[in-house]
Amino acid sequence: MTMTLPVATPEDTRRTDRTDRIVEIVQRQGALAVLVVVVLISFATFPNFRSFDNTATILVAAAPPMLIALGMTFVILTGGIDLSVGSLYVLGGVLAAWASQFGFVTAFAVPLLVCGAIGVANGLLIAYTRMAPFIVTLAALLGARGLMRAISSEGSATFLVQSDAFRRLGNGSFLDIGYQVWLVAGLVVLGIVLLARTRFGHAVYAVGGSEDAAALMGIAVRRTKIWVYVMSGLLAGLAGAINAAKLGSGVTVLGTGMELDAIAAVVIGGTLLTGGAGTIAGTIAGVLLLGVIQNLINQVGNVNSNWQQVISGTFLALVVVAQTYLVKLRRVS
Amino acid sequence: MLEVLDVSKIFPGVRALDRVSFRLAAGEVHALVGENGAGKSTLIKVLTGVYQPDEGELRYQGEKAQFGTPMDAQHAGISTIYQEVNLIPQMSVAHNLFLGREPRNRFGLLDEKRMHHEAREILAGYGVTADVKRQLGTLALGAQQMVALARAVMIDAKVVIMDEPTSSLEPREVETLFGIIRDLHRRGIGIIYVSHRLDELYQICDAVTILRDGRVVHTGKLAELERIKLVSLMLGREMSGSFSAFKESDPEVSDAPPVLRARGLTSRRKLHDISFEVRPGEVVGLGGLLGAGRSETIKAIGGAYPLDSGDVQVDGVDLKKPTTVRAVKAGIAVQPEDRKAEGIIAGLSVRENIALAVLPQLSRFGLVSDAKIDAIVEKYMTRLRIKASGPGQLVGDLSGGNQQKVLLARLLATGPRVLLLDEPTRGIDVGAKAEVQSLIDELAAEGLGVVLVSSDAEELIEGADRVVVLRDGVVVGTLTGAEVTTEDLMATIAAGGNQ
Repeated sequence: MTMTLPVATPEDTRRTDRTDRIVEIVQRQGALAVLVVVVLISFATFPNFRSFDNTATILVAAAPPMLIALGMTFVILTGGIDLSVGSLYVLGGVLAAWASQFGFVTAFAVPLLVCGAIGVANGLLIAYTRMAPFIVTLAALLGARGLMRAISSEGSATFLVQSDAFRRLGNGSFLDIGYQVWLVAGLVVLGIVLLARTRFGHAVYAVGGSEDAAALMGIAVRRTKIWVYVMSGLLAGLAGAINAAKLGSGVTVLGTGMELDAIAAVVIGGTLLTGGAGTIAGTIAGVLLLGVIQNLINQVGNVNSNWQQVISGTFLALVVVAQTYLVKLRRVS
Repeated sequence: MLEVLDVSKIFPGVRALDRVSFRLAAGEVHALVGENGAGKSTLIKVLTGVYQPDEGELRYQGEKAQFGTPMDAQHAGISTIYQEVNLIPQMSVAHNLFLGREPRNRFGLLDEKRMHHEAREILAGYGVTADVKRQLGTLALGAQQMVALARAVMIDAKVVIMDEPTSSLEPREVETLFGIIRDLHRRGIGIIYVSHRLDELYQICDAVTILRDGRVVHTGKLAELERIKLVSLMLGREMSGSFSAFKESDPEVSDAPPVLRARGLTSRRKLHDISFEVRPGEVVGLGGLLGAGRSETIKAIGGAYPLDSGDVQVDGVDLKKPTTVRAVKAGIAVQPEDRKAEGIIAGLSVRENIALAVLPQLSRFGLVSDAKIDAIVEKYMTRLRIKASGPGQLVGDLSGGNQQKVLLARLLATGPRVLLLDEPTRGIDVGAKAEVQSLIDELAAEGLGVVLVSSDAEELIEGADRVVVLRDGVVVGTLTGAEVTTEDLMATIAAGGNQ
């Protein structure tokens, strides 16, 4: 190339650059900032909150939702949604408890296989029939819940975890922090690398940003979509298994609304529901924020725990409004 | 280098490409021109693997080629930049540039540093100096287009297809683009250049292929083809079977004060200082090629296209900044170009479609009077001779011509002063066309001011009392009088601005 003519004058660039950077920081780190503030206030107000044990409790409780939200982040980044994860979470727990009689490995393998397969089905349907993810995964939600009720005789049969090794995973700890927290932390780090530093991760952003453009740029749109639903299914199943290990049985009444909590956490973490923008770091902040709010309500003691949902809901609405505004601010007119 | 041999592409009901053949030589800049629906986009999609040809074959570098997906074509070295920037606005400039073929380090992870470094170097050659870590969507459109071009050329392209690359560029950006095209030309890369801007074609292209109605009507050296000839080949004046039902215009209209006055309409890049007037009873045509700014002008007057400056007056009253609400209140009715997308609601009945725009006038305390709707619907169905089984028939089940009439009825029911019609006879059969044309005549005779946009040169000449010719968003001439011919129109389009 021989010639150059400036396309944007330096002044324009500098001005929009600064607005951009501020908007980007708010969008990316907003949830984290709120989390820090909430934690600091709690530290000052509630003596019990300060204890190391309480922190460990929050983290253990947040482990399964974190896994589900991790998968959901990928799905939402492609512009999709996965409503089936709450059902898969319960199904995974029941299957893990049942399969634990055959040993530690099967306790993991069975829920992962079944939930992964449902994820494959979701992905194939969404990628090839172009049906709305909302409908496809709603069908999976109903199907998986039915399957769970069928194998647990209408939810009345409770499978107790038989494998000691599997039970230890749910109750043992390393450096006084539960094993499951370490496992989840490891997977989250993997997720971050996958999203930010691999071609697959960039394809996820591209598909969510503009599916048609991504296809024209030679991105394997279908394959990308299938994979995110498979990941989401696997992570939901794993979350169920971890929870079963902690509780010592496959509890059939959990998980209702888990998918909505996960979506809320992802959105609070700054990921756009329309896809194409967001980070896992944001999702971590979102999950922890919801967890901390829950924990605080428990600390206060005499408050009805349903207030937690009121607070989370209000917060979610605020975030969405703020995001809409930020996105507008960012768009060059 | 790239050859298209007798390629046909058939869609339900349409032969989008009919045995099209053309040849692109290495290092050649080949213009591909044609009006809307001529088959350019379809041809490009066949070349880039989006569509498969139903008949005929592609030959690439001397061998028969088949591109199953856009990726196949890209791997083979054919890359495309589309009219709308087809990149991911939410991703960074550098990530867009490398998407799908990012450099990786020895762990298989993306090498961000190298990506940013290389992106900066490459883009400098295209005059883009913005931070490569910025989100692409925050760049000006011209810069985005340059990134798209850089991406297209980067992949060892041997053929680059550019679909209206300059439509969102500023003049100096066009200069940069042409510099790059000349450079590609020197490197032996073949370029297919789609544009409606004749000046640009003659400035940069060696050869030309003209498509019309899915067929190649001319192919050869561009320098040997006169502008006027090029325009008439594109518009296809010799088209047989087209006739017009317009009556001779009435000469006495010209004394009344204008019902619509547009002054200095200017909108970034698309419209430049467009002014014209319409008197009651007058039909003013807007002529010009696709992309000349005809639809934008109409939309701007109707408040649906942003204006940077200029004003619109109805009956001498200034609309201030036109918005759709103000325009409707002032008595401006717009019939959009795309009937299906912006006009009729196919799933509703004839009655509902007609009554849609007048519901506020027909309701009291928020309740709609059925009897009043029936009266209006009845009136316009008779008046416009809408052929439907009854007011309850779904509009989607009507013929194109009757759909158009339903749309007209809806506009008329609001009691407008000015009617802006964008391609009112497109896609409807000859009989219905004649009917719509005589309706336009009748409405004008009743004192409405009408602005008519049509790609059909004959319709424009016959139907309008005056034709304002636009080119690249500028008024390049006005044709008045009964003796105006389609040749005059084409001469103005071809020569306009150069006189």
